[in-house]
Amino acid sequence: MSLFEQNFSVFLQGFGHTLLASIFALVGSLILGTIFAIMQVTNSRTARSIGNIYVQVFRNIPLLIITLFFYLAVAKVIKMTGFTAGTIALTLYTSAFIAESVRAGILSIEAGQMEGARANGLTFGQAMRVIILPQAFKVAIPSLGNQFINLVKNSSILAFVGGLDLMYQGNIVAANSFDTFTTYIIIGLFYLVITLPLSYYIQHLEHKLKKNA
Amino acid sequence: MSMIEFKNVQKYYGDFHALHDINLKIDAGETVVLIGPSGSGKSTLIRTVNGLEEIEDGQLIVDGQDLHDPKTDINKIRRDVGMVFQHFNLYNNKTALENIMLAPRLVLGREEAENKRIAMELLEKVGLADKANNMPSALSGGQKQRIAIARSLAMKPKALLFDEPTSALDPEMIGDVLDVMRDIAKDSSMTLLVVTHEMGFAKAVADRVIFMADGRILEDNSTASFFENPREPRAKKFLSQVEHH
Repeated sequence: MSLFEQNFSVFLQGFGHTLLASIFALVGSLILGTIFAIMQVTNSRTARSIGNIYVQVFRNIPLLIITLFFYLAVAKVIKMTGFTAGTIALTLYTSAFIAESVRAGILSIEAGQMEGARANGLTFGQAMRVIILPQAFKVAIPSLGNQFINLVKNSSILAFVGGLDLMYQGNIVAANSFDTFTTYIIIGLFYLVITLPLSYYIQHLEHKLKKNA
Repeated sequence: MSMIEFKNVQKYYGDFHALHDINLKIDAGETVVLIGPSGSGKSTLIRTVNGLEEIEDGQLIVDGQDLHDPKTDINKIRRDVGMVFQHFNLYNNKTALENIMLAPRLVLGREEAENKRIAMELLEKVGLADKANNMPSALSGGQKQRIAIARSLAMKPKALLFDEPTSALDPEMIGDVLDVMRDIAKDSSMTLLVVTHEMGFAKAVADRVIFMADGRILEDNSTASFFENPREPRAKKFLSQVEHH
């Protein structure tokens, strides 16, 4: 317990960075993932190809390599901290999975919904925004929840690039105190502080939407 | 003045020749019924009129604009040409009232109070004012179809396309929907093109009947002479089959 008290401010700083990186990446990957999901269901062959290539690239390369690419290569051109590089990599990586979840959601909506909207005079974009996506997200919520929880845990990648997150601070505390076991237990509990409420919230959302359906 | 005109229109699905050299002219205000055996191309033909199906060759002029011309803005045509589907295609995430108000708001920018007034009037007209706040999942098939008709009418279209509007309905629901359609045919200057198997409806409201088979128009005749004395042997056979049921 004294280990926790002695290093409390360090843990808290790590927790703050992890939380911040998670929030940025969650919002960013949801937006990007939705855009790339839509690109994959349009009539434009070019848009479909770009969407498909994007998803395949970021889904099939280890997150660590994407992170190092931003930290070592991109950072040479555009100056950025390890925190920024790691958060960008986490956003892009997660967005590929989210694109797949959202795309599956869109495909589960019967074609008549889009046809009805287009025949009614709505543009493709309007129909997507007002009719298709609201229904598709409902379907995709369990799968999106998984992606978000993975995202929070994957944010530990920041530790590799000096991202000041929980895992980074944990590594330092463990090295200084030699009490590896206790340190990582504490770190693990901190992650639960984010992931458990997130899990419950998603379950709650799922039940609520099921009732409304 | 013609509202819809097909000139040598060809439509293919891969190698399958779905519409074969279609020539057809429908004047503004006319009510035309399109009949024929299943697989004859009726639905494909009606779906080309608002661009849900593209044509490969020929000219298709709707409200003065050629749909086969890449410069034509299809969304503009769809504002003036409504469609009612076999499976209703109501917005499942919107109430009945919102289904009707959505397109006028988004597409026409109709002012909210005016939009609601028109929508409620239409609900009244199709006999479903009490269902305004119901979700589609809480409506019967016949009610869904009447809401769908109201949704199309809310755009104040010049033409309305009906693609087998009663084929997915239980028999006891069909009458209510046909009544609404009959009213539209009677008291409006709207151009109506209707794909249906309801011969009673066709006899009562159509100005003309088009008979299709195998992707071709075989007969284009006035309603009275089509039902009394069809020219085409296949039309004769088709009529005897559907009328003896």
